[in-house]
Amino acid sequence: MDFQVVVLAGGTSKELVPLVSKEVPKPLLPVANRPVLSYVLEQLELSNLKDLIVVVEGEDAALRVGGWISGAYVDRLHVEVAAVPEDVGTAGALRAIAHHLTANDILVVSGDLVSDVPPGAVAAAHRRHDAVVTTMLCSTPISGPAESGSAGAKDKIKKPKRFNIIGLDPTKQFLLYIASGAEVEKDLHIPKSILRAVGQMDIQADLMDAHLYAFKRAVLQEVLEQKPNFHSLRQDVLPYLVRTQLKSEILLNGTPQAEENGHEKFTSRGNQAIISQILANASTPRFHEVYESIHNGSPTAQRTHKCCAYIASNSKYCVRLNSIQAFSDINRDVIGEANHLSGYSFSAHNNIIHPSADLGSKTTVGPHCMLGEGSLMGDKCSVKRSVIGRHCRIGSNVKIVNSVVMDHVTLGDGCSIQGSIVCSNVQIQERVVLRDCQIGAGFVVSAGSEHKGESLARKEK
Amino acid sequence: MDPRRPPRTVPDPKVRHVGFFAPGADAPPPPDRSNSAPPDPLSSSPPAAAHLTPPGTSISPVMIPPPRHSAAPLSPRRRDSFIVGSYSGKRFLDVGSPTASTASATDDWALPTSADSAWVGDTVGAGASSLPPVGSAAMIAKGLASSVPATAGLTAVSNVHRSAGVSGKPSGAASKVQGDKPKQSKPLKEKTTKAERRALQEAQRAAKAAAKGVGGKASVHMSEVVLASDVESVEVPKAHFQRNDIAAVNEKKVIDRQLEKDRKKDVPQPRMQYDDKSRVEKAKKRAVLKQTEARNRVELFRHLPQYERGTLLPDLQSRFFQLDPVHPAISKVGFQYLSGDISGSNARCIAMLQAIREAIIDYSVPPGKALVRDLTSKIGSYVSFLIECRPLSISMGNAIRYLKNRIAKLPLTLSESEAKATVVADIDRFIHDKIILADKMIVKHAVTKIRDGDVLLTYGSSSVVEMILLHAHELGKQFRVVVVDSRPKLEGQLLLRKLVGKGLSCTYTHINAISYIMHEVSRVFLGASSVLSNGTVYSRVGTACVAMVAHTFHVPVMVCCETYKFHERVQLDSICSNELGDPDVICKVRGRDEINFLDGWTNGNNLQLLNLIYDATPSDYVSMIITDYGMVPPTSVPVIVREYRKEQLWI
Repeated sequence: MDFQVVVLAGGTSKELVPLVSKEVPKPLLPVANRPVLSYVLEQLELSNLKDLIVVVEGEDAALRVGGWISGAYVDRLHVEVAAVPEDVGTAGALRAIAHHLTANDILVVSGDLVSDVPPGAVAAAHRRHDAVVTTMLCSTPISGPAESGSAGAKDKIKKPKRFNIIGLDPTKQFLLYIASGAEVEKDLHIPKSILRAVGQMDIQADLMDAHLYAFKRAVLQEVLEQKPNFHSLRQDVLPYLVRTQLKSEILLNGTPQAEENGHEKFTSRGNQAIISQILANASTPRFHEVYESIHNGSPTAQRTHKCCAYIASNSKYCVRLNSIQAFSDINRDVIGEANHLSGYSFSAHNNIIHPSADLGSKTTVGPHCMLGEGSLMGDKCSVKRSVIGRHCRIGSNVKIVNSVVMDHVTLGDGCSIQGSIVCSNVQIQERVVLRDCQIGAGFVVSAGSEHKGESLARKEK
Repeated sequence: MDPRRPPRTVPDPKVRHVGFFAPGADAPPPPDRSNSAPPDPLSSSPPAAAHLTPPGTSISPVMIPPPRHSAAPLSPRRRDSFIVGSYSGKRFLDVGSPTASTASATDDWALPTSADSAWVGDTVGAGASSLPPVGSAAMIAKGLASSVPATAGLTAVSNVHRSAGVSGKPSGAASKVQGDKPKQSKPLKEKTTKAERRALQEAQRAAKAAAKGVGGKASVHMSEVVLASDVESVEVPKAHFQRNDIAAVNEKKVIDRQLEKDRKKDVPQPRMQYDDKSRVEKAKKRAVLKQTEARNRVELFRHLPQYERGTLLPDLQSRFFQLDPVHPAISKVGFQYLSGDISGSNARCIAMLQAIREAIIDYSVPPGKALVRDLTSKIGSYVSFLIECRPLSISMGNAIRYLKNRIAKLPLTLSESEAKATVVADIDRFIHDKIILADKMIVKHAVTKIRDGDVLLTYGSSSVVEMILLHAHELGKQFRVVVVDSRPKLEGQLLLRKLVGKGLSCTYTHINAISYIMHEVSRVFLGASSVLSNGTVYSRVGTACVAMVAHTFHVPVMVCCETYKFHERVQLDSICSNELGDPDVICKVRGRDEINFLDGWTNGNNLQLLNLIYDATPSDYVSMIITDYGMVPPTSVPVIVREYRKEQLWI
């Protein structure tokens, strides 16, 4: 299909400290006991996209990710892992690998996307409109714990994490404006020409940029080259392309652009063209236009470019793992309502207990739970809506609710863990009470302590 | 046997000619049946004995198994006539010229041989074939074959007994068919001819009934008559002859299967009838797209495909990357068809040709395959993908036929790159000659019909009409345009925008005001999706209404249509072949969400929505068809079709 896929896997994201560390870069963060990157890769594999470029920030992280991929996907995917320096941003990462891109269109996927929206849908929309960029929008996830959310959690829901202001044309196929909420202080600035051409614009704040883009390669490369200060795809490149869609400064079809003095004229004529192009996309391009545009390169109408949006339907699951809250949400959803993503088959009790896991007497594991292989649980434990990793040793009388416990964790007797994330190799001694905490890898929680809403991590040596 | 049968058998010239096939059927029928058969009063046919053909002198070289009985030599004259009948093909038969039919019938009588059981099977198979004309041709062929061997039996024919004896060898296939009706019903005394004919006819019917075949239905349902080209008709009988040879040797089953296969190959597939469940199931398995059929379809249009619009595009999109064999350019065009981004006959055709052109440029012959074959099949797969996205228009069908033809005619000596360049050039030429240039010619012709002070009416948005109007305006003619539009597509607004933008003075109205506005109109210019050989204009729905009203008001109606859109098909109504659009759009009004009276009602069983895309305008209402070959009356369409075809084939 002439698409090349770039997975921007990221590195050690600051927002996810203390969950991520040198040993566990973000792509390998386990979601329902699988690295988060595997969700993207498997979705791509499902779409028959087997040649991937995975870009990782940092050499170490790249090595680890590469090692994991080669182990897990040998013979299934053809993956090249590229390491880029940290903090180059998404645009920088693409710039670094730009010379590897050859296909006509590039599909850029964020490695932290947990979604069942087929990437093909975005690609198809992109192709269909012959767009320069197509982005996938999905409705903003409702974060915070589900039904059982406490009052404190409710407050969190209210606080908008990151919302986008997105302007769409009436058919909801073309992107007319995009800005992330953080940048919008008071006013929106929308070019008049776009408004005039479109006539009507829907502005929505309930959509989220899912970080799945389809770009025209030539355009992407050119933009990256011409604008060396662009740092992020979402914040720089995409708004730039959207802003300039009526007075395109990028070359299309590989033909060099006309000199600048012709620019004014192009704009006005571009408007004319956009009226027929954008406004009524239902309009049939008159066949002579179809024909001629193919034959004489770039007629005036082509001085515009199209920015499309694909809006994932609400029935699809689509969340990015870009915050700690999102991490616990995703863990909950993947073993809960979106359990088709996990790739596991659920037992009759709607949970997954690895056969090698050992449960003590009177221990109950509720629905929407997951228990990794080789984990031992003592007597009279209760687990609800939680994920427990591999080879954990859990004492007796332990309560785990709404939490994520990663691999090789030791829990002493009588612990109570609610709404928390416990990373690998953590040791929690007897009678500890944790509520809404994040415990970094390798930390030791001393016996009898109580924590609420804290983030505990080992000091970096 | 069948209560229905007797009445049908009652002589009717056409029926009779059908009966012509009877010989095949006759041969096999088991004696029992003949006994049971009620006496039939007929005997129009000459005595069979006379007809008996000598086995040795078999009519066709292909023919067959040595005759069992020695037969009296067939008179040459007779034989000839017979041959003529069979070769002339279905058309001849269809026409049912009495002489031909009788002659053939008599000949047939002579035939019955036991060996024929196989033949019977054939006939049955042919009967099942969906295209009646072709089927009949095939049958004729068979009849001919069978006639050769049998002789003695024939003579006896007049007697029931004899015929029974002949038929004595019941074959499985034959017996089935006959079991239902064949000989028995036949009158003994009749010169067997009639009886046999009848038997055959009945066998045919039985076969039809038995065959789930869409074809049968098609023939019944449809008023459409497909006239196969002469070439085809000739070919079919030949193919059957060969088949017959083989068949004679083999068992019936084998034969049947073979026939099936051959039939598939030789006979053009009838259009899919979507009310035939089994066919639909099969087609679905093949389909790239997952098509969910709409639930509430209008009874009369069940045979047309209709899917839930909503599901098609998302499903296809989500499997975008799995569409491996489809070239990106093709898939893009497919999406555009599906989503309605491209509509309009010319635009769709050009888009498709451009996409195929791109695909050909990127194409390379896989090792061990011949370019001609592989490329043809490749294009076939592309086309079937496009059909799944949206049924092809007639013009696109013509373009594809042209293309395949050109590919098939590629000299084998050409290298791959040369061959590709040739094909690409052919495509370009087609677009240029048949569409672009044709439009220019049409504009040139049509402009002469526009005079100062005219009020021109057009309907919908036809690209060529638009060009005509703009060109006339450029020439400085003073005229006014009435653009008539209709829901749900409101394509007229697009046209209107362009016309107004160029400074033409326009009136815009909807089709419900047509009778009002027609008073002031002096000419009507219409576009067309296709023009059929009986002069019927197949065009966007509503065109017929406009033309009819114009006719009533004595306003000349000119249809502008490029000749590549002509088709030799004959169609009498817009039911048998049409396209169904998304039914939802007719109950929703764009931009007016408050009009939602039908929301939710469509889920009930007592409301069916019908959104037809095309209609057929009878030639009576068309004053003139403006083509690139000039302005012709609708009656001249067949001439152009014939000439054009020739040109297309032998460019």
